[in-house]
Amino acid sequence: MNWIFAPFKFFGSITHRFIRELGRMGCFFAESLFWMAFPPYLMQRIVRRIHFIGVKTSSVIVLTGAFTGMVMALQVYYVLVKFGAEASLGPVVALSLIRELGPVISALMVIGCAGSALTAEIGIMRITEQIDALDAMALNPYKYLIIPSLLAGVISLPLLNAIFVTVGVFGGYAVGVGLMGISSGTYFGGIRDFVEAKDILEGIYKSLSFGVLITLISCYKGYYTGYGAEGVSKATTQAVVLSSVTILVWDYFMTSILVT
Amino acid sequence: MIEVVDLYKSFNDHPVLKGINLRVDEGKTLALIGGSGKGKSVLLKIIIGLMRPDRGKVLIDNQDIGRLRGKALKRLKERCGIVFQGGALFDSLTVFENIAFPLEEKTRMKASQIRDTVMRELARVGLSGSETKYPAEISGGMKKRVALARCLVMNPEIVLFDEPTTGLDPLIGKAIHKLIRECQKSLNFTAIIVTHEIPAIFSMVDRVAMLFDGKILAEGTPGEIETTKDPVIHQFIHGELEGPITIQ
Repeated sequence: MNWIFAPFKFFGSITHRFIRELGRMGCFFAESLFWMAFPPYLMQRIVRRIHFIGVKTSSVIVLTGAFTGMVMALQVYYVLVKFGAEASLGPVVALSLIRELGPVISALMVIGCAGSALTAEIGIMRITEQIDALDAMALNPYKYLIIPSLLAGVISLPLLNAIFVTVGVFGGYAVGVGLMGISSGTYFGGIRDFVEAKDILEGIYKSLSFGVLITLISCYKGYYTGYGAEGVSKATTQAVVLSSVTILVWDYFMTSILVT
Repeated sequence: MIEVVDLYKSFNDHPVLKGINLRVDEGKTLALIGGSGKGKSVLLKIIIGLMRPDRGKVLIDNQDIGRLRGKALKRLKERCGIVFQGGALFDSLTVFENIAFPLEEKTRMKASQIRDTVMRELARVGLSGSETKYPAEISGGMKKRVALARCLVMNPEIVLFDEPTTGLDPLIGKAIHKLIRECQKSLNFTAIIVTHEIPAIFSMVDRVAMLFDGKILAEGTPGEIETTKDPVIHQFIHGELEGPITIQ
Protein backbone atom coordinates (compact mmCIF):
# COMPACT_ATOMS: atom_id res chain seq x y z
CA MET A 1 0.00 0.00 0.00
CA ASN A 2 2.94 2.29 0.63
CA TRP A 3 3.57 2.81 -3.07
CA ILE A 4 0.10 4.38 -3.44
CA PHE A 5 0.93 7.05 -0.88
CA ALA A 6 4.56 7.55 -1.93
CA PRO A 7 3.88 10.33 -4.50
CA PHE A 8 1.59 12.15 -2.04
CA LYS A 9 4.24 11.84 0.63
CA PHE A 10 6.87 13.17 -1.76
CA PHE A 11 4.84 16.19 -2.89
CA GLY A 12 3.65 16.77 0.66
CA SER A 13 7.23 16.85 1.88
CA ILE A 14 8.28 19.28 -0.86
CA THR A 15 5.29 21.55 -0.19
CA HIS A 16 5.96 21.43 3.55
CA ARG A 17 9.61 22.36 3.04
CA PHE A 18 8.68 25.18 0.65
CA ILE A 19 6.10 26.66 3.02
CA ARG A 20 8.47 26.36 5.98
CA GLU A 21 11.25 28.13 4.03
CA LEU A 22 8.84 30.85 2.91
CA GLY A 23 7.61 31.32 6.48
CA ARG A 24 11.13 31.52 7.84
CA MET A 25 12.07 34.06 5.19
CA GLY A 26 8.94 36.07 6.02
CA CYS A 27 9.87 36.05 9.70
CA PHE A 28 13.43 37.06 8.82
CA PHE A 29 12.16 40.00 6.77
CA ALA A 30 9.63 41.00 9.44
CA GLU A 31 12.31 40.88 12.12
CA SER A 32 14.64 42.99 9.96
CA LEU A 33 11.89 45.60 9.49
CA PHE A 34 11.06 45.49 13.19
CA TRP A 35 14.65 46.19 14.27
CA MET A 36 14.95 48.86 11.59
CA ALA A 37 12.37 50.87 13.48
CA PHE A 38 14.64 51.23 16.52
CA PRO A 39 17.91 53.12 16.92
CA PRO A 40 20.88 53.00 16.92
CA TYR A 41 21.34 53.42 13.20
CA LEU A 42 24.87 52.35 12.47
CA MET A 43 25.68 54.95 9.82
CA GLN A 44 29.29 53.88 9.45
CA ARG A 45 28.21 50.31 8.72
CA ILE A 46 25.58 51.49 6.24
CA VAL A 47 28.17 53.59 4.39
CA ARG A 48 30.56 50.61 4.34
CA ARG A 49 27.79 48.44 2.91
CA ILE A 50 26.97 51.05 0.26
CA HIS A 51 30.63 50.90 -0.70
CA PHE A 52 30.47 47.09 -0.74
CA ILE A 53 27.27 46.86 -2.79
CA GLY A 54 27.30 50.10 -4.76
CA VAL A 55 30.82 51.33 -5.39
CA LYS A 56 32.37 47.91 -5.99
CA THR A 57 29.70 47.05 -8.57
CA SER A 58 29.81 50.39 -10.40
CA SER A 59 32.59 49.48 -12.84
CA VAL A 60 30.66 46.38 -13.99
CA ILE A 61 27.52 48.49 -14.27
CA VAL A 62 29.30 51.03 -16.50
CA LEU A 63 30.67 48.27 -18.73
CA THR A 64 27.42 46.33 -19.08
CA GLY A 65 25.40 49.55 -19.41
CA ALA A 66 27.55 50.77 -22.29
CA PHE A 67 27.38 47.52 -24.22
CA THR A 68 23.66 47.01 -23.55
CA GLY A 69 22.95 50.48 -24.97
CA MET A 70 25.21 49.84 -27.94
CA VAL A 71 23.73 46.46 -28.83
CA MET A 72 20.20 47.79 -28.32
CA ALA A 73 20.90 50.63 -30.73
CA LEU A 74 22.41 48.27 -33.27
CA GLN A 75 19.50 45.79 -33.17
CA VAL A 76 16.75 48.40 -33.05
CA TYR A 77 18.27 50.55 -35.81
CA TYR A 78 17.99 47.79 -38.45
CA VAL A 79 14.37 47.11 -37.48
CA LEU A 80 13.46 50.81 -37.52
CA VAL A 81 15.07 51.28 -40.92
CA LYS A 82 12.57 48.78 -42.38
CA PHE A 83 9.74 51.09 -41.29
CA GLY A 84 11.61 54.27 -42.12
CA ALA A 85 11.47 55.21 -38.46
CA GLU A 86 15.17 55.39 -37.61
CA ALA A 87 14.57 58.81 -36.02
CA SER A 88 12.86 56.94 -33.16
CA LEU A 89 16.10 55.19 -32.20
CA GLY A 90 16.80 57.51 -29.22
CA PRO A 91 13.44 57.10 -27.47
CA VAL A 92 13.28 53.35 -28.14
CA VAL A 93 16.73 52.78 -26.64
CA ALA A 94 16.10 55.17 -23.75
CA LEU A 95 12.64 53.83 -22.87
CA SER A 96 13.81 50.21 -22.99
CA LEU A 97 16.72 51.04 -20.72
CA ILE A 98 14.79 53.26 -18.31
CA ARG A 99 11.74 51.04 -17.88
CA GLU A 100 13.11 47.53 -18.23
CA LEU A 101 16.70 46.77 -19.05
CA GLY A 102 18.30 49.23 -16.64
CA PRO A 103 16.62 48.00 -13.46
CA VAL A 104 16.76 44.31 -14.41
CA ILE A 105 20.32 44.08 -15.73
CA SER A 106 21.78 46.29 -13.00
CA ALA A 107 19.98 44.10 -10.43
CA LEU A 108 21.41 40.95 -12.03
CA MET A 109 24.89 42.50 -11.95
CA VAL A 110 24.49 43.37 -8.27
CA ILE A 111 23.39 39.80 -7.56
CA GLY A 112 26.52 38.46 -9.27
CA CYS A 113 28.94 40.93 -7.72
CA ALA A 114 27.59 41.84 -4.29
CA GLY A 115 24.69 39.48 -3.50
CA SER A 116 26.81 36.35 -3.73
CA ALA A 117 29.61 37.98 -1.71
CA LEU A 118 27.09 39.08 0.93
CA THR A 119 25.78 35.53 1.32
CA ALA A 120 29.27 34.08 1.51
CA GLU A 121 30.41 36.69 4.04
CA ILE A 122 27.44 36.24 6.37
CA GLY A 123 27.55 32.47 5.87
CA ILE A 124 31.20 32.31 6.89
CA MET A 125 30.43 34.50 9.89
CA ARG A 126 27.71 32.02 10.82
CA ILE A 127 29.82 28.85 10.55
CA THR A 128 32.79 30.41 12.36
CA GLU A 129 30.47 31.49 15.20
CA GLN A 130 31.10 35.21 14.62
CA ILE A 131 27.33 35.82 14.59
CA ASP A 132 27.02 33.88 17.85
CA ALA A 133 29.85 36.03 19.23
CA LEU A 134 27.87 39.18 18.39
CA ASP A 135 24.80 37.71 20.04
CA ALA A 136 26.79 36.65 23.10
CA MET A 137 28.02 40.25 23.46
CA ALA A 138 24.34 41.25 23.66
CA LEU A 139 24.64 42.94 20.25
CA ASN A 140 21.84 42.41 17.78
CA PRO A 141 23.16 40.67 14.62
CA TYR A 142 20.27 42.17 12.62
CA LYS A 143 21.47 45.67 13.52
CA TYR A 144 25.08 44.90 12.62
CA LEU A 145 24.73 42.72 9.55
CA ILE A 146 21.29 42.65 8.01
CA ILE A 147 19.82 46.14 8.32
CA PRO A 148 22.92 47.99 6.99
CA SER A 149 22.92 45.64 3.98
CA LEU A 150 19.20 46.09 3.41
CA LEU A 151 19.44 49.90 3.55
CA ALA A 152 22.55 49.90 1.39
CA GLY A 153 20.71 47.80 -1.21
CA VAL A 154 17.77 50.20 -1.26
CA ILE A 155 20.08 53.20 -1.65
CA SER A 156 22.55 51.64 -4.11
CA LEU A 157 20.25 49.95 -6.62
CA PRO A 158 18.46 53.09 -7.91
CA LEU A 159 21.82 54.87 -8.19
CA LEU A 160 23.42 51.98 -10.04
CA ASN A 161 20.35 51.85 -12.28
CA ALA A 162 20.74 55.56 -13.02
CA ILE A 163 24.39 55.02 -13.96
CA PHE A 164 23.46 52.01 -16.12
CA VAL A 165 20.74 53.92 -17.99
CA THR A 166 22.89 57.04 -18.51
CA VAL A 167 25.83 55.06 -19.83
CA GLY A 168 23.48 52.90 -21.90
CA VAL A 169 21.87 55.95 -23.53
CA PHE A 170 25.32 57.27 -24.44
CA GLY A 171 26.28 53.80 -25.70
CA GLY A 172 23.24 53.92 -27.97
CA TYR A 173 24.28 57.43 -28.99
CA ALA A 174 27.76 56.21 -29.93
CA VAL A 175 26.30 53.57 -32.24
CA GLY A 176 23.29 55.53 -33.54
CA VAL A 177 25.06 58.84 -34.13
CA GLY A 178 28.67 57.70 -34.48
CA LEU A 179 28.18 54.61 -36.63
CA MET A 180 24.74 54.84 -38.21
CA GLY A 181 24.76 58.54 -38.95
CA ILE A 182 21.63 59.70 -37.12
CA SER A 183 21.91 63.30 -36.06
CA SER A 184 22.64 64.09 -32.47
CA GLY A 185 19.62 66.38 -32.23
CA THR A 186 17.28 63.66 -33.53
CA TYR A 187 18.60 61.16 -30.98
CA PHE A 188 18.32 63.38 -27.90
CA GLY A 189 15.29 65.32 -29.17
CA GLY A 190 13.32 62.08 -29.46
CA ILE A 191 14.30 61.12 -25.93
CA ARG A 192 13.19 64.52 -24.62
CA ASP A 193 9.83 64.24 -26.41
CA PHE A 194 8.93 60.68 -25.52
CA VAL A 195 10.44 59.94 -22.11
CA GLU A 196 8.11 61.03 -19.33
CA ALA A 197 8.54 61.31 -15.59
CA LYS A 198 6.37 58.22 -15.03
CA ASP A 199 8.80 56.14 -17.10
CA ILE A 200 11.68 57.22 -14.89
CA LEU A 201 9.58 56.58 -11.76
CA GLU A 202 8.78 53.07 -12.99
CA GLY A 203 12.50 52.34 -13.20
CA ILE A 204 13.12 53.81 -9.76
CA TYR A 205 10.30 51.79 -8.15
CA LYS A 206 11.65 48.64 -9.72
CA SER A 207 15.21 49.33 -8.56
CA LEU A 208 14.06 50.06 -5.02
CA SER A 209 12.12 46.81 -4.79
CA PHE A 210 14.97 44.85 -6.40
CA GLY A 211 17.35 46.34 -3.82
CA VAL A 212 15.18 45.01 -1.01
CA LEU A 213 14.73 41.58 -2.62
CA ILE A 214 18.40 41.01 -3.48
CA THR A 215 19.79 41.99 -0.08
CA LEU A 216 16.99 40.21 1.78
CA ILE A 217 17.52 36.91 -0.06
CA SER A 218 21.33 37.16 0.08
CA CYS A 219 21.37 37.96 3.80
CA TYR A 220 18.76 35.30 4.57
CA LYS A 221 20.65 32.55 2.73
CA GLY A 222 23.89 33.52 4.50
CA TYR A 223 22.24 33.81 7.91
CA TYR A 224 20.71 30.34 7.66
CA THR A 225 23.58 28.69 5.84
CA GLY A 226 24.32 24.99 6.19
CA TYR A 227 27.36 23.46 7.83
CA GLY A 228 30.91 23.90 6.60
CA ALA A 229 32.32 25.12 3.32
CA GLU A 230 29.78 23.06 1.38
CA GLY A 231 26.93 24.71 3.25
CA VAL A 232 28.25 28.19 2.40
CA SER A 233 28.82 27.28 -1.25
CA LYS A 234 25.26 25.86 -1.51
CA ALA A 235 23.82 28.94 0.20
CA THR A 236 25.70 31.23 -2.20
CA THR A 237 24.44 29.35 -5.26
CA GLN A 238 20.89 29.31 -3.91
CA ALA A 239 21.06 33.04 -3.18
CA VAL A 240 22.17 33.86 -6.73
CA VAL A 241 19.60 31.58 -8.39
CA LEU A 242 16.71 32.56 -6.11
CA SER A 243 17.50 36.29 -6.36
CA SER A 244 17.75 36.17 -10.17
CA VAL A 245 14.50 34.21 -10.58
CA THR A 246 12.69 36.39 -8.05
CA ILE A 247 13.84 39.56 -9.82
CA LEU A 248 12.50 38.36 -13.17
CA VAL A 249 9.18 37.17 -11.75
CA TRP A 250 8.75 40.30 -9.61
CA ASP A 251 9.64 42.46 -12.62
CA TYR A 252 6.74 40.95 -14.58
CA PHE A 253 4.24 41.69 -11.81
CA MET A 254 5.59 45.19 -11.23
CA THR A 255 5.48 45.95 -14.95
CA SER A 256 1.91 44.69 -15.25
CA ILE A 257 0.85 46.88 -12.32
CA LEU A 258 2.81 49.99 -13.31
CA VAL A 259 1.92 49.84 -17.01
CA THR A 260 -1.80 49.59 -16.35
CA MET B 1 25.53 31.17 40.46
CA ILE B 2 24.55 29.06 37.46
CA GLU B 3 21.89 26.39 37.85
CA VAL B 4 20.69 24.11 35.07
CA VAL B 5 17.43 22.35 35.85
CA ASP B 6 16.08 19.33 33.95
CA LEU B 7 17.26 20.57 30.55
CA TYR B 8 16.30 18.86 27.28
CA LYS B 9 17.38 19.65 23.73
CA SER B 10 16.88 17.74 20.48
CA PHE B 11 17.94 18.36 16.88
CA ASN B 12 15.73 16.85 14.15
CA ASP B 13 14.16 14.43 16.63
CA HIS B 14 17.60 13.36 17.81
CA PRO B 15 17.82 14.00 21.56
CA VAL B 16 21.16 15.51 22.62
CA LEU B 17 20.45 16.63 26.16
CA LYS B 18 18.08 14.43 28.15
CA GLY B 19 17.52 16.05 31.50
CA ILE B 20 20.65 17.94 32.55
CA ASN B 21 20.94 19.09 36.15
CA LEU B 22 24.00 21.11 37.07
CA ARG B 23 25.04 23.80 39.51
CA VAL B 24 28.08 26.06 39.60
CA ASP B 25 28.54 28.28 42.63
CA GLU B 26 29.65 31.88 42.36
CA GLY B 27 33.37 32.33 41.79
CA LYS B 28 33.91 28.62 41.20
CA THR B 29 35.22 26.82 38.13
CA LEU B 30 33.62 23.68 36.73
CA ALA B 31 35.13 21.45 34.07
CA LEU B 32 32.58 19.80 31.82
CA ILE B 33 33.98 16.63 30.29
CA GLY B 34 32.41 14.08 27.98
CA GLY B 35 32.66 12.52 24.53
CA SER B 36 32.87 14.57 21.34
CA GLY B 37 29.57 15.59 19.78
CA LYS B 38 27.63 14.71 22.91
CA GLY B 39 26.15 18.15 23.56
CA LYS B 40 28.68 20.00 25.73
CA SER B 41 28.89 23.01 23.40
CA VAL B 42 25.10 22.95 23.01
CA LEU B 43 24.78 23.13 26.79
CA LEU B 44 27.11 26.16 26.90
CA LYS B 45 25.11 27.89 24.15
CA ILE B 46 21.87 27.28 26.04
CA ILE B 47 23.40 28.60 29.26
CA ILE B 48 24.46 31.84 27.58
CA GLY B 49 21.13 32.25 25.75
CA LEU B 50 22.30 31.55 22.19
CA MET B 51 19.97 28.54 21.93
CA ARG B 52 16.66 27.79 23.52
CA PRO B 53 16.08 24.46 25.25
CA ASP B 54 13.10 22.26 24.40
CA ARG B 55 12.37 21.87 28.10
CA GLY B 56 13.92 22.81 31.42
CA LYS B 57 15.55 26.02 32.54
CA VAL B 58 18.84 27.79 33.14
CA LEU B 59 18.95 30.01 36.18
CA ILE B 60 21.62 32.66 36.52
CA ASP B 61 21.42 34.18 39.98
CA ASN B 62 17.87 32.77 40.15
CA GLN B 63 16.82 34.48 36.90
CA ASP B 64 15.47 32.06 34.29
CA ILE B 65 17.33 33.02 31.10
CA GLY B 66 14.65 31.30 28.95
CA ARG B 67 11.94 33.61 30.27
CA LEU B 68 13.89 36.83 29.84
CA ARG B 69 13.25 39.04 26.83
CA GLY B 70 14.49 42.36 25.51
CA LYS B 71 16.52 44.53 27.86
CA ALA B 72 16.47 42.06 30.75
CA LEU B 73 18.03 39.37 28.54
CA LYS B 74 20.51 41.91 27.20
CA ARG B 75 21.55 42.90 30.73
CA LEU B 76 22.03 39.28 31.69
CA LYS B 77 24.07 38.54 28.56
CA GLU B 78 26.27 41.54 29.35
CA ARG B 79 27.25 39.84 32.58
CA CYS B 80 28.40 36.75 30.71
CA GLY B 81 31.18 36.02 28.27
CA ILE B 82 32.08 33.06 26.11
CA VAL B 83 35.32 31.96 24.51
CA PHE B 84 34.34 29.93 21.46
CA GLN B 85 36.17 26.84 20.28
CA GLY B 86 37.60 28.54 17.19
CA GLY B 87 37.88 31.95 18.83
CA ALA B 88 35.08 33.45 16.68
CA LEU B 89 37.21 36.54 16.07
CA PHE B 90 35.84 38.99 13.51
CA ASP B 91 38.09 38.26 10.56
CA SER B 92 37.69 41.68 8.98
CA LEU B 93 39.02 43.39 12.14
CA THR B 94 42.55 43.50 13.54
CA VAL B 95 43.45 42.03 16.93
CA PHE B 96 43.17 45.51 18.46
CA GLU B 97 39.81 46.19 16.80
CA ASN B 98 38.48 42.79 17.89
CA ILE B 99 39.22 43.50 21.55
CA ALA B 100 38.08 47.11 21.28
CA PHE B 101 34.82 46.11 19.55
CA PRO B 102 32.70 45.38 22.67
CA LEU B 103 34.07 48.50 24.37
CA GLU B 104 33.20 50.69 21.39
CA GLU B 105 29.75 49.22 21.02
CA LYS B 106 28.74 48.72 24.64
CA THR B 107 30.41 51.54 26.56
CA ARG B 108 30.86 55.29 26.29
CA MET B 109 34.60 55.13 26.83
CA LYS B 110 36.81 57.64 25.05
CA ALA B 111 39.15 56.42 22.32
CA SER B 112 42.19 56.93 24.57
CA GLN B 113 40.60 54.92 27.38
CA ILE B 114 39.69 52.14 24.95
CA ARG B 115 43.25 52.10 23.69
CA ASP B 116 44.67 51.84 27.21
CA THR B 117 42.21 49.08 28.17
CA VAL B 118 42.91 47.05 25.04
CA MET B 119 46.68 47.37 25.48
CA ARG B 120 46.34 46.28 29.11
CA GLU B 121 44.30 43.22 28.08
CA LEU B 122 46.77 42.39 25.34
CA ALA B 123 49.61 42.57 27.87
CA ARG B 124 47.65 40.35 30.25
CA VAL B 125 47.33 37.61 27.61
CA GLY B 126 50.93 38.11 26.46
CA LEU B 127 50.18 39.54 23.05
CA SER B 128 51.61 43.04 23.22
CA GLY B 129 52.83 44.02 19.77
CA SER B 130 50.26 41.93 17.89
CA GLU B 131 47.54 44.55 17.82
CA THR B 132 47.80 45.38 14.11
CA LYS B 133 47.62 41.77 12.94
CA TYR B 134 44.47 40.19 11.48
CA PRO B 135 43.12 36.87 12.81
CA ALA B 136 44.30 35.11 9.64
CA GLU B 137 47.88 36.21 10.39
CA ILE B 138 48.12 34.75 13.89
CA SER B 139 48.45 31.19 15.24
CA GLY B 140 45.69 29.12 16.86
CA GLY B 141 47.06 29.74 20.34
CA MET B 142 47.21 33.48 19.75
CA LYS B 143 43.62 33.44 18.48
CA LYS B 144 42.46 31.75 21.68
CA ARG B 145 44.28 34.38 23.73
CA VAL B 146 42.78 37.23 21.71
CA ALA B 147 39.34 35.64 22.18
CA LEU B 148 40.01 35.45 25.92
CA ALA B 149 41.10 39.09 25.98
CA ARG B 150 37.97 40.15 24.03
CA CYS B 151 35.83 38.25 26.49
CA LEU B 152 37.54 39.59 29.61
CA VAL B 153 37.68 43.21 28.47
CA MET B 154 34.07 43.65 29.58
CA ASN B 155 34.77 42.19 33.06
CA PRO B 156 32.14 39.44 32.89
CA GLU B 157 30.90 37.73 36.04
CA ILE B 158 30.44 34.42 34.22
CA VAL B 159 32.78 33.07 31.56
CA LEU B 160 32.17 29.94 29.50
CA PHE B 161 35.09 28.30 27.71
CA ASP B 162 34.38 25.96 24.82
CA GLU B 163 37.45 23.76 24.45
CA PRO B 164 39.96 26.57 24.97
CA THR B 165 43.02 24.40 24.26
CA THR B 166 41.80 22.13 21.47
CA GLY B 167 44.22 21.98 18.57
CA LEU B 168 47.11 23.52 20.49
CA ASP B 169 50.41 21.91 21.37
CA PRO B 170 50.82 20.80 25.03
CA LEU B 171 52.99 23.77 26.00
CA ILE B 172 50.65 26.39 24.61
CA GLY B 173 47.69 24.44 26.01
CA LYS B 174 49.28 24.55 29.45
CA ALA B 175 49.99 28.27 29.05
CA ILE B 176 46.33 28.92 28.18
CA HIS B 177 45.19 26.90 31.20
CA LYS B 178 47.54 28.88 33.42
CA LEU B 179 46.25 32.11 31.91
CA ILE B 180 42.62 31.13 32.50
CA ARG B 181 43.42 30.19 36.09
CA GLU B 182 45.24 33.49 36.71
CA CYS B 183 42.43 35.51 35.16
CA GLN B 184 39.85 33.58 37.17
CA LYS B 185 41.76 34.25 40.39
CA SER B 186 42.24 37.93 39.71
CA LEU B 187 38.76 38.66 38.33
CA ASN B 188 36.90 36.03 40.39
CA PHE B 189 34.44 35.09 37.65
CA THR B 190 32.36 31.92 37.66
CA ALA B 191 33.54 29.62 34.90
CA ILE B 192 32.52 26.51 33.01
CA ILE B 193 35.26 24.96 30.91
CA VAL B 194 34.36 22.37 28.30
CA THR B 195 37.52 20.40 27.76
CA HIS B 196 39.17 17.13 26.82
CA GLU B 197 42.41 18.02 28.62
CA ILE B 198 42.28 15.22 31.16
CA PRO B 199 43.86 15.02 33.71
CA ALA B 200 45.56 18.44 33.19
CA ILE B 201 42.29 20.26 33.82
CA PHE B 202 41.80 18.61 37.23
CA SER B 203 44.49 20.76 38.82
CA MET B 204 42.82 24.04 37.89
CA VAL B 205 39.11 23.56 38.55
CA ASP B 206 36.98 23.31 41.66
CA ARG B 207 34.56 20.71 40.34
CA VAL B 208 34.21 18.33 37.42
CA ALA B 209 31.02 17.11 35.73
CA MET B 210 30.83 14.36 33.17
CA LEU B 211 28.20 14.44 30.42
CA PHE B 212 27.24 11.02 29.15
CA ASP B 213 24.24 9.89 27.13
CA GLY B 214 22.61 13.34 27.40
CA LYS B 215 22.81 13.46 31.21
CA ILE B 216 25.28 14.45 33.89
CA LEU B 217 26.63 11.08 34.88
CA ALA B 218 28.67 12.34 37.82
CA GLU B 219 29.70 15.60 39.41
CA GLY B 220 32.24 16.15 42.13
CA THR B 221 35.66 17.45 43.03
CA PRO B 222 38.53 16.51 40.71
CA GLY B 223 39.73 14.04 43.37
CA GLU B 224 36.34 12.35 43.56
CA ILE B 225 36.10 12.04 39.79
CA GLU B 226 39.64 10.72 39.47
CA THR B 227 39.10 8.02 42.09
CA THR B 228 35.57 7.04 41.12
CA LYS B 229 34.77 3.38 40.59
CA ASP B 230 32.18 4.19 37.87
CA PRO B 231 33.36 2.16 34.85
CA VAL B 232 32.22 4.79 32.31
CA ILE B 233 34.09 7.65 33.99
CA HIS B 234 37.09 5.45 34.64
CA GLN B 235 37.27 4.42 31.00
CA PHE B 236 36.80 7.99 29.78
CA ILE B 237 39.36 9.74 31.95
CA HIS B 238 41.95 7.02 31.38
CA GLY B 239 41.26 6.90 27.65
CA GLU B 240 40.78 3.13 27.56
CA LEU B 241 39.37 1.58 24.41
CA GLU B 242 37.78 -1.37 26.23
CA GLY B 243 34.82 -0.63 28.46
CA PRO B 244 31.18 0.40 28.53
CA ILE B 245 31.72 3.37 26.16
CA THR B 246 31.70 2.18 22.58
CA ILE B 247 33.28 4.27 19.85
CA GLN B 248 30.90 4.80 16.93
